[in-house]
Amino acid sequence: MPEKVSIRIDGEYVAAHEGQTILEVARAGGKYIPTLCWLEGISSVGACRLCIVEVSGVGRLLPACTTPVQDGMSVTTQSEKLQHYRRIALEFLFAERNHQCAVCVSNNHCELQAMAQRLGVTSVRYPYAFPKLPVDLSHPRYVLDHNRCILCTRCVRVCAEVEGAHVWDVGGRGTRSLIVCDMNRPWGDAVNCTNCGKCVQVCPTGALAEKGFAVEEMVKHDRNITRLAARRGGPA
Amino acid sequence: MKKITIDPVTRIEGHARIDIYLNEQGRVADTHFHVTQVRGFEKFTEGRPFYEMPSITARICGICPVSHLLASAKACDAIMSVSPPETAVLLRELIHCAQFVQSHALSFFHLSAPDLLLGFDSDPARRNIFGLIEDNPDMARAGVALRRFGQEIIEGLAKERIHPSWIVPGGVNAPLTAEVRDRILGGLPAARKLAVRTIEFFKTVLDNYAEEVAHFGTTPTLYAGLVDEQGNSQWYDGLLQFKDPEGRLVAADIRARDYPEFIGEASLKDSYLKAPYFKPLGYPAGVYRVGPLARLNASDGFGTAADAELAEFRQRCGSVVHSSFHYHYARLLELLHGLDKIERLLHDPGILGTHVRATAGVNCLEGVGMIEAPRGVLIHHYKVDENGAIRWANLIVATGHNSLALNRSVAQVAEHFIDGDHFKEGMLNRVSAVVRAYDPCLSCSTHADGTLALDVRVFKPHA
Repeated sequence: MPEKVSIRIDGEYVAAHEGQTILEVARAGGKYIPTLCWLEGISSVGACRLCIVEVSGVGRLLPACTTPVQDGMSVTTQSEKLQHYRRIALEFLFAERNHQCAVCVSNNHCELQAMAQRLGVTSVRYPYAFPKLPVDLSHPRYVLDHNRCILCTRCVRVCAEVEGAHVWDVGGRGTRSLIVCDMNRPWGDAVNCTNCGKCVQVCPTGALAEKGFAVEEMVKHDRNITRLAARRGGPA
Repeated sequence: MKKITIDPVTRIEGHARIDIYLNEQGRVADTHFHVTQVRGFEKFTEGRPFYEMPSITARICGICPVSHLLASAKACDAIMSVSPPETAVLLRELIHCAQFVQSHALSFFHLSAPDLLLGFDSDPARRNIFGLIEDNPDMARAGVALRRFGQEIIEGLAKERIHPSWIVPGGVNAPLTAEVRDRILGGLPAARKLAVRTIEFFKTVLDNYAEEVAHFGTTPTLYAGLVDEQGNSQWYDGLLQFKDPEGRLVAADIRARDYPEFIGEASLKDSYLKAPYFKPLGYPAGVYRVGPLARLNASDGFGTAADAELAEFRQRCGSVVHSSFHYHYARLLELLHGLDKIERLLHDPGILGTHVRATAGVNCLEGVGMIEAPRGVLIHHYKVDENGAIRWANLIVATGHNSLALNRSVAQVAEHFIDGDHFKEGMLNRVSAVVRAYDPCLSCSTHADGTLALDVRVFKPHA
């Protein structure tokens, strides 16, 4: 049995186990912390920085999804400062790629869009990068549109950890990073892809979608992945 | 040389500016019609999956997104090599008729009626829909009601009035319910009454505008429109035909994919304007018009009850009508025909069918969709790679077809009405009004890739 610890979240004492993350404990206590790259059932990477929280005595903001709890820790999940930085993180995601909700397959079913609405992001204060990015249409059933990717790497993790195929990776560096398939070849040429579609179902935006779906038609089912992972005993 | 600028041209869709140059005698020497937008859809859609094109190209216009959705979906049908199920075709036609009703109502009542009812020379501050509401509330109400009727049909079918996502490659994404059908049928008698009353009214004021009728773009041109096997005007699925100024057929049975044999697009040296022309006659001799008036000139009739009004139109104005002023009359007749067609479609036993979508992948690397938009023939032409990514796109929009004729009309009206020595605002308003008669959608027309605004120049023959 892991050792029990006691922490405070937004002033309330909460019981937890050593090894749990701040996010797990907060969620178990009914606290909402915004997330995008995190998905229950696969490992956490702290990529999107939306789950940042304040921890007393720590000078910087920490991602709740990857920070383990420590006895006596005091965590703040909602504050003006956090709201400020979460919005910045979200605005950067919009500015980095070409997110055109109105013509997107995932319009109205998109976690990025819903998060912007939830956090009150109605405009982006930073100049858009407008990168010229390809769309990989080579797979017979699915499509990868880098324009709509936020590099959350859920696809990378679900493929490696749940499907066991490890087709996806991240190639390149910094703002030039791209999701790559089977050591950077067209998806249609991937030898390891099992066509299971798990990556599509966990993708929070319209970056991975089923082919032939018109605008607004792509509804994702990421809870299935969480259930499947739970049955198998959590992240590999 | 004195210059008069109309900037912006008001009560049109999109942005335009007209420069009029006067000579020493105060007469018009030259006119320049500038479209001041660049859109770039043909370029930035390269690389997109073809099945996204309907929703992307719908964004070209907020007035007639349905027209772009349909033309684009038809081009996608061709790429998939599928025929949409019968019900889907009926439903597409239905939403298209609703689009005609709302668009024509907008053009006539909201944009042009202030000129026709308050007068071309009336106070410009009141010469708008608000002035119309004050002076002739019944007419204003009729306009709002007819536009609403069309918009509510679109909403009933597609859930959204503007940029709906209901029209998809292969058909539509949801069937029509009996409840929505009955609601539309319930509103039809009142809508038809308003349309008939407006046509009656228009006929009574027509004689007041003899001078405008005689000078609003009267140069004969060819006329193009889609027709069915009987030669009746067809808005959704017809074959294109061209008639000459005497009403003789010069080209017929043109399928969508054969349009490049008949329609050329000239590049002008000093402008990014694409000027479509009738290829067999060459450029610039092959000037043709599209839109409501051209459709009446290019076809035998409607094939609905509106044919009675059409017969009277032809009796009054001739069998081939050249004056662009009569675009208004033709638009009202089409509005009535649209309502007739809606009723016919709603009574079709297939309209409530539930098989409304065909699915397929890429079966053809090229697809052309051609329909009649409210403003005229609309063509979407795509080429894709074997995965379905757009490699090349060409859109020929109604306002584009009309651009050569429209420019000539602007010059004709300016030359006739503008007198620099006895200048009055109403003279300029007539120049704007002839633009309005075409109901151009300039935001739709400017698709070419480029970095400069279009610059359309019209010169006097001897200039």
